[in-house]
Amino acid sequence: MSDLILPAILLSSLLPGLIIFTLPEESVRLRTTLNLGGAVVKLLLVALLFFHVAKREYTELRLPLLPDMELVLRADALSLLFLILSAFLWFLTTIYAIGYLEDSPNRSRFFGFFSLCVSATTGIALAGDMVTFVIFYEALTISTYPLVIHRGTPAALHAGRIYLAYTLGGGVVLFIATVWLRAIAGPLDFSPDGVVASLDPALHGSLTIIFALLILSLGVKAALVPLHIWLPSAMIAPAPVSALLHAVAVVKAGAFGIIRVIHDIFGIGFSAELNLLFPLALMAAFTIIYGSIRALSQNDLKRRLAFSTVSQVSYILLGVAMATPLATIGGLVHLVHQGVMKITLFFCAGNLAETLGIHKIDEMDGVGRRMPWTMAAFTVAALGMIGLPPLAGFISKWYLGLGGLAAGQPWVIIVLIGSTLLNASYFLPVLHRIWFVPSRQDWPSSTLRDGRETTWALLIPPLITAMLVVMLGVLAHSVGSALYWVELIATREYGP
Amino acid sequence: MTELIVQQQWFLWMTLLPLGAAVAAFLAPRQAHWIGLVTALLLPLCALAAIAAATLSETQTITAGNWPTPLGIALRSDGLALVMLAVTALVGFIISCYALGYFPVRGHHQSRARYFWPLWLFLWGGCNALFISGDLFNLYVTLELVTLASVALIALEGGKAALAAALRYLFISLLGSLAYLLGVGILYGTYATVDIILLGDMLAATRLNHAAMSLMIAGLVLKSALFPLHFWLPQAHTMAPAPVSAVLSALVVKCAYVILLRLWFEVFPALDTIAIGHLLGLLGSIAIIWGSLMALRQERLKLLIAYSTVAQIGYLFLVFPLAHTETMASAWIGGVLLMMAHACGKAAMFMVAGTIHHTAGSDRISRLAGAGGPIGVLVVVFTLAAGTIIGLPPSGGFFAKWLFINAALVSGQWWYLPIILSGTLLAAAYIARVLGWAFLDVKRSSYPVIPWMMKWPPLVLSIIALLFGLIAYEPVQLALSGAPVSSPVLVEFGP
Repeated sequence: MSDLILPAILLSSLLPGLIIFTLPEESVRLRTTLNLGGAVVKLLLVALLFFHVAKREYTELRLPLLPDMELVLRADALSLLFLILSAFLWFLTTIYAIGYLEDSPNRSRFFGFFSLCVSATTGIALAGDMVTFVIFYEALTISTYPLVIHRGTPAALHAGRIYLAYTLGGGVVLFIATVWLRAIAGPLDFSPDGVVASLDPALHGSLTIIFALLILSLGVKAALVPLHIWLPSAMIAPAPVSALLHAVAVVKAGAFGIIRVIHDIFGIGFSAELNLLFPLALMAAFTIIYGSIRALSQNDLKRRLAFSTVSQVSYILLGVAMATPLATIGGLVHLVHQGVMKITLFFCAGNLAETLGIHKIDEMDGVGRRMPWTMAAFTVAALGMIGLPPLAGFISKWYLGLGGLAAGQPWVIIVLIGSTLLNASYFLPVLHRIWFVPSRQDWPSSTLRDGRETTWALLIPPLITAMLVVMLGVLAHSVGSALYWVELIATREYGP
Repeated sequence: MTELIVQQQWFLWMTLLPLGAAVAAFLAPRQAHWIGLVTALLLPLCALAAIAAATLSETQTITAGNWPTPLGIALRSDGLALVMLAVTALVGFIISCYALGYFPVRGHHQSRARYFWPLWLFLWGGCNALFISGDLFNLYVTLELVTLASVALIALEGGKAALAAALRYLFISLLGSLAYLLGVGILYGTYATVDIILLGDMLAATRLNHAAMSLMIAGLVLKSALFPLHFWLPQAHTMAPAPVSAVLSALVVKCAYVILLRLWFEVFPALDTIAIGHLLGLLGSIAIIWGSLMALRQERLKLLIAYSTVAQIGYLFLVFPLAHTETMASAWIGGVLLMMAHACGKAAMFMVAGTIHHTAGSDRISRLAGAGGPIGVLVVVFTLAAGTIIGLPPSGGFFAKWLFINAALVSGQWWYLPIILSGTLLAAAYIARVLGWAFLDVKRSSYPVIPWMMKWPPLVLSIIALLFGLIAYEPVQLALSGAPVSSPVLVEFGP
């Protein structure tokens, strides 16, 4: 049983996706059943796997690909972190997408690729070696492209070309670096001490180049400046896609890959020994500030959120690059916290666009009175992003700051404070508009029977995630919170 | 039971069966499609049996009429022969199913069906005979059979342009064959044998032998359409009906390449091949870039696919410079894997293009604008099949490129990396262009219903192509049995 659970988790989204492709546009009920059924089955399977991994029972599956090369699926604590995040947020995003795309054309195509995209993300979480990781990583690139260009407008196609150029460009560099590393170091199974530390010191030069290539190629998806250009332009995609892209799928795949390379291929100790991590920390710090500054001047709501993602994802990298237990905890926990907060913001932005046709920030005057629930969720998530205690974002920043001090790098505190001020200056004016500026627009009043602000499918997901933003912060130290799990990972990585 | 499988010479049957069926289909034109379908069903079974027989016993070499070599004709079923037989059986079966839908048995296009089946079966038998041939002269004869059948198939469409393309293909092929035959003649004059194994043992690095080698390689390069000798390919491959295009691109160009592989690794190892290897590598690199750029510029789907074949042939020729002593197996198996992957992917792409042409009335890429419904599904199928051309994981093309890059790094020929990578990106660009048109949001017209047999066979083949990497382990092991290379497949840097 336990060796079948990993492929079952993959198939729980892959099979529904493939069936959905063949469905005619009209069979809404069957398509919805398949979508939600797959999402629920996946959640249950992931929960089952969680209990195995919590007890340190790691399952593994190997399939020969070539002589001396295997497809390795393995579930360790880090995979579980990413897996739970993606399974849970996929479930919510599916509900949201069904509501969002109601009556729009090409839904079978959309949900088919949507499921493929999540299957690829799951594969990334479960990859047990670098080869497997690369396979699913590229699969994610390709399955996301049709989602980005789904609208079919010339602008969408243009954004799609930019997306493909950046991600495939990064993809081929990743490919070469992996082949090169495989030729130097042999099999590349992820292991807590890394696999390259014992190599001949004469190879350290090549290893440094390979490390740089790996980080830069993965940095494309993680939107490290200056490789971030594709992310704001991919905003053209429908809201559920943007939500998934920013919270779990694409940018997180890049960040997750960088974590894997540093922790499980090079090993934290060895990376620090070769002085590989400091340049990454600098790049991450620069990206944090740069992204926030660019976010300030965006009037398009989704673009402002996109630049905020550019900035926030680099918190994860900053934490990992500082290589102390506390900083690692801060970085890893932000993988989850940023996902939950950002998906809330995108759900809310989608609700504004879908219900009231609002895309720009200067159209949001007084919208809090028209859509109070949505805007309440937005407010919670935005305050979380700023890092207001006791919300989720505060926990991340707190541990990052402590980690920076422990690493003897107090400049990190300055970066964190600067970024927090910038976050506040691009989110608080929006909140002010929403709640305190009198409404100048005469929006259509609700057509729903009970006068609800929008449909349940669009309203429930952001409310749940907003609640999570609060709970992940308030209950950070209880069993089952993201922080608890991340501390477990850090203990397993660094020793007690 | 085991005895029964082992004792049959299945690979011989795989040659005789389609040739016999071709004659039958010619004599009974009304039943031609049934004869074709039954043969196409039997050949994959024979291929499986041949593989089973080969794994149960040692590599089989038999001599026709029991005359020992050098007098008799040696037929062999080593790993390369078996995987090529198997891939041809798989692709051939699916193309046959597709052809059943493409050439309606009734209606005014009857005559095309009437000639298609005997010619196609004849070509199939020729390919199979070529794969199992163990001597240079036999390879010549079988290659000619394949060529003649191909020329007739290209001309099947009728019309001035098709005839011109067919004639040009015929003359080019004859030129190539002559060069090859001249080389064989020189070798036979010196060693009085044309058997591959015997020649491989005896050949010395004389000037005459080098001349013979150059002639034979030049002839085969012409036939396998390596840049700049590819000029005949786009016209020849696009003038033909869709199933024929699929056969030509997926199988026929591979025939000349298989002979090249056999010559390079089995007959000529003793000769000085470094310079020629680099020349082939250079031409291959240009082919990759040029073919991809041309594919990017095409307005018609079929031409795009044909130029993509030109580029993929370029990859195949990288095998020769990359096969150094320690990277021999890596490069060789990379080439074999790419052949298999390309055969599946390219056949599926041409079939989809044929269905689109049939349904939309034109294969102009701009006609795909806003393609939804049945055409939209076809475009998705096209993209799946193209995954292996781009080299996306987990297709066979991905692992073939892995092996090539591995060989290039370890043998210190890093300059092939940018070539392979730009080829990948360009391929992604020309496929994304097709996909982009299909996603364009415009009002679309309604299309006629697509026949069942034109829809499902390409889908099956494209899924096989996309997932080929996941099932590649067995074929790769099979190909390596009795292979002329014996280094590790994934090479690591030496100490």
